[in-house]
Amino acid sequence: MSEKNRSQRFQYDQNLVGRTRIGKIWKVVFLVSTIIGILALTTLLLNILNSTVGYVAYQGKIMASSLTIDGVPLQQQSRDQLLALLQANLSSGAYNKLNNEKAFQDRSRSDLHALVLERIVRYKVVGSWSLWDSLTQSSQIKNLVTSDFPDAELKFKSWLTPDFLASQQSSEAVTAGVRTAILGTLLTILITILFAFPVGVAAAIYLEEYARDTWFNRLVQTNINNLAGVPSIIYGILGLAIFIRAFQKLTSGVLFGMVDPASATGRTILSAGLTLGLLILPIIIINSQESIRAVPQALRKAGFGLGATKLQTIWAHVLPNALPGILTGTILAISRAIGETAPLVVVGASTAISFDPGIFSRFTTLPIQVYQWTARPQDEWRHLAAAAIVALLAIMLSLNAAAILLRNRFARKY
Amino acid sequence: MNEIQNTMEERPMYPTKASGLKNRRILGETLIRSLLFLAGIFSILTTLAIIYELGKEAWLFFRLPEVNLWQFLTGTSWQPHINEFGVLPLVTATLVTTFIAMLIAIPLGLATAVFLSEYATNRSRNTIKPVLEILAGIPTIVYGYFALTFITPLLRFIFGSDVVEIYNTGSAGIVMGILILPLIASISEDALNAVPRSLREAAYGLGATRLEVAIKTVIPAALSGIAAAIILGISRAIGETMIVAVAAGAGPNFTLNPFKGAETMTGHIVRISGGDLSYDSIDYNSIFAIGLLLFSFTLLLNIVSQRIVRRFREVYE
Repeated sequence: MSEKNRSQRFQYDQNLVGRTRIGKIWKVVFLVSTIIGILALTTLLLNILNSTVGYVAYQGKIMASSLTIDGVPLQQQSRDQLLALLQANLSSGAYNKLNNEKAFQDRSRSDLHALVLERIVRYKVVGSWSLWDSLTQSSQIKNLVTSDFPDAELKFKSWLTPDFLASQQSSEAVTAGVRTAILGTLLTILITILFAFPVGVAAAIYLEEYARDTWFNRLVQTNINNLAGVPSIIYGILGLAIFIRAFQKLTSGVLFGMVDPASATGRTILSAGLTLGLLILPIIIINSQESIRAVPQALRKAGFGLGATKLQTIWAHVLPNALPGILTGTILAISRAIGETAPLVVVGASTAISFDPGIFSRFTTLPIQVYQWTARPQDEWRHLAAAAIVALLAIMLSLNAAAILLRNRFARKY
Repeated sequence: MNEIQNTMEERPMYPTKASGLKNRRILGETLIRSLLFLAGIFSILTTLAIIYELGKEAWLFFRLPEVNLWQFLTGTSWQPHINEFGVLPLVTATLVTTFIAMLIAIPLGLATAVFLSEYATNRSRNTIKPVLEILAGIPTIVYGYFALTFITPLLRFIFGSDVVEIYNTGSAGIVMGILILPLIASISEDALNAVPRSLREAAYGLGATRLEVAIKTVIPAALSGIAAAIILGISRAIGETMIVAVAAGAGPNFTLNPFKGAETMTGHIVRISGGDLSYDSIDYNSIFAIGLLLFSFTLLLNIVSQRIVRRFREVYE
C-alpha cells in the first residue's frame, strides 16, 4: 500500500467514527420527534379524561326533600304530581313559555322531572375539581366545602352519565345534557349523507368511466382537488349566502307549509346538513375515484366482451368491486363532517334548544355544544365540555372502526 | 397522473356502432350519462358559487362610503363601530399563529417522516402511523379545548401569568402545530417512500451511513413532495378556525407578541357570525370581504403546491 493510500485510509477510518456518531445522534433526534407526536396525543386524551371525572359540590335553591308530597319523594312522583308542582311554583309567564315550546301534555315524565329539578330545585354548582385534584387533594377539598358551603352536597361523580346523554340542554350545569346536540348531529349527518353520497359517487363514476381527456374534464379534476383544500369556514360563508339566505323558503320549510313564514330564518338542520355536504363532497369524489380506478381493466373488458353496455358493466362489475373502498372513504369523510364546527357556527347554530329537533328546526350539534361550553369561563362547563368531547370521540371512533372493518372484510387483491 | 392517462387510453371506446342494441337502451344510457355529467360539474358550480358570493358581497362592502380598498389592505385598526376597517391586525394574528404552528410542525413532522420511512421497522411503522392518523382525525374544537385548558395554563406557569394573557396566539399556534404535524409527516412519508430502493442501495454501496443516505439522497429526491406537504400545512393553518376561536382571543389586536390575545381572520368571522347576523349590515358584508382574502390566500397556496409537485417531481421507472 502506497503512502498516499495509507493516509487516505487513515482519514477515512477516523472520519467514520464521527460519521457514525452523528448518525446515531440524529437517529435519536428522529425517534424523539416521533415520540413527541404520540405524547401530544396522549396528553390531549388524558387532559380530557382528567376533566370528565372528579368532585363536584352543588346545592339547590330549595331542598329537594321539601318537595315531598304525601310521603312520596320527588324521584317517584307521577306525571300529574310533577305537573302540579310546576304549575304551583312557576310564574304563569314562564309556564306558558314552556308550554308554547312543547305542550305539557306531550312531555314525558322524565322530561317533567328534569324541568322540576332545573326550574324549582335549581341545583347550582359551587365548586368542581379535576380527577387529579380530586385524588391528590381530597381532604382539602372536603374541608373547603364544609367550611365555605355548609349546605352543599359534595359528590365524586363522572360528568359523562346516561342522564347526561339523555337529558336536554339546561342553564344549570348539574342538569345539562347533550340529548339535543346528539340528535342534532345525527339528523344533520343524515342529510349530509343523503346529499353528498349519491352526488359524490356519480361524479366519481363520470370522471373515471366517461370523461375523456379534454381540457374541460381536466379543469373539473383540478377544481375538485382545489375545493378539497378550501378552508371549512369558507363553506360556512357559502352556506350562509346560499342555503340560509337565497334558498330560505326551501330550507326553512315554508315551501312545504311546515313552518310559520314569519319566524322562518332558514337556520335549520337542513341548511346545516347541506353545507356539510358541500364540504365533504370533494373528499368523497376523490376517494371514490381512487377505488373505481383500482378496479382492474380486465373486469371491464370481460363485461364488454360479453356484450354488456357501458352502464351495465359499470353497474354490475365496476361498482360492486369498488364499493368497499367507496364506503370506507365515505365513512371517513362523514367522521370529518361530524367534527366540523366552524361552518355550522357561521350557518347559525343556536345555543338554547329545549326540544328534540326536526329537519326544519333550529339546530345545535355536539361540536357546537363543546364550543359553547368551552367558551364559558366557569369550571363546571369545562367539565361538561370534556364529557361532550368524550361522547363525540366515541361516535367518531366507532365510525372509524367500522371503516377499518369494512376495508379488511371486503378488500380484494387483484 | 401517468397512471390516469394510461387507463384512459386503454379504456374501450363507447360502442357507437352497436348494431344489435335497441335504441331504447341507448336512450337510457344517455340519460344516465347526462345525470352523471351533471354530478361531475356540480363541483364547478360550487366553485363558481363561492367566487360569485364572496365577490358580490365583498364588492358591496367596498362600495360603502365608510370603506375603501386601500385602507382595508393597509389599515392597522379594525374597529367597525368607529368605521375603521384595516384588515392588517387580523392578518398579522393569522401569520403569528401560522408561523408558530409551522415552527413546531415542520421540524417535528419531517423528523417523524424520516424516522418512519428510513429507520422504523415495519412493525413500529404499522403502529405509529395509525396513531398519527388518529391525531389528524380528532375534531379541531377538541384541540381548541386542549389549547385553552392545558397549553395556556402551562405557558402561564412557565412564563408567568402577568406576561401571558389568558387568551393568546402562542398557545393557539402551538396546538395548531400539533394538529398539522401528522399532516406534514404523513404526506412527506409518502414522498420519501416513493423514492426507489435502488437509489438508497447505490448510496449505501458508496459507503454512506444511514443518515447520509436519508439526508443526501432520499430527501433531495423527495423534495417536491415535502415542499408540497409544507405548503399544504401552511394553507391548513391559515384556514384553521376553531383553535383560534377558542384560544387566541376575541378582539382584533395589532401585535406580533405571541403572549397577547389577537383575533385572526377566521376567528373574527366566527365571532361576528355567531350571533344572529342581519343581512346587508356592514358586519355581514365584511365577513365576505375577509372570506375573500382568506380564500385567495389558501387557493394561491394550494395552486403553488400542485405546481411544485408537477414541475419538480422526479420520475422513476
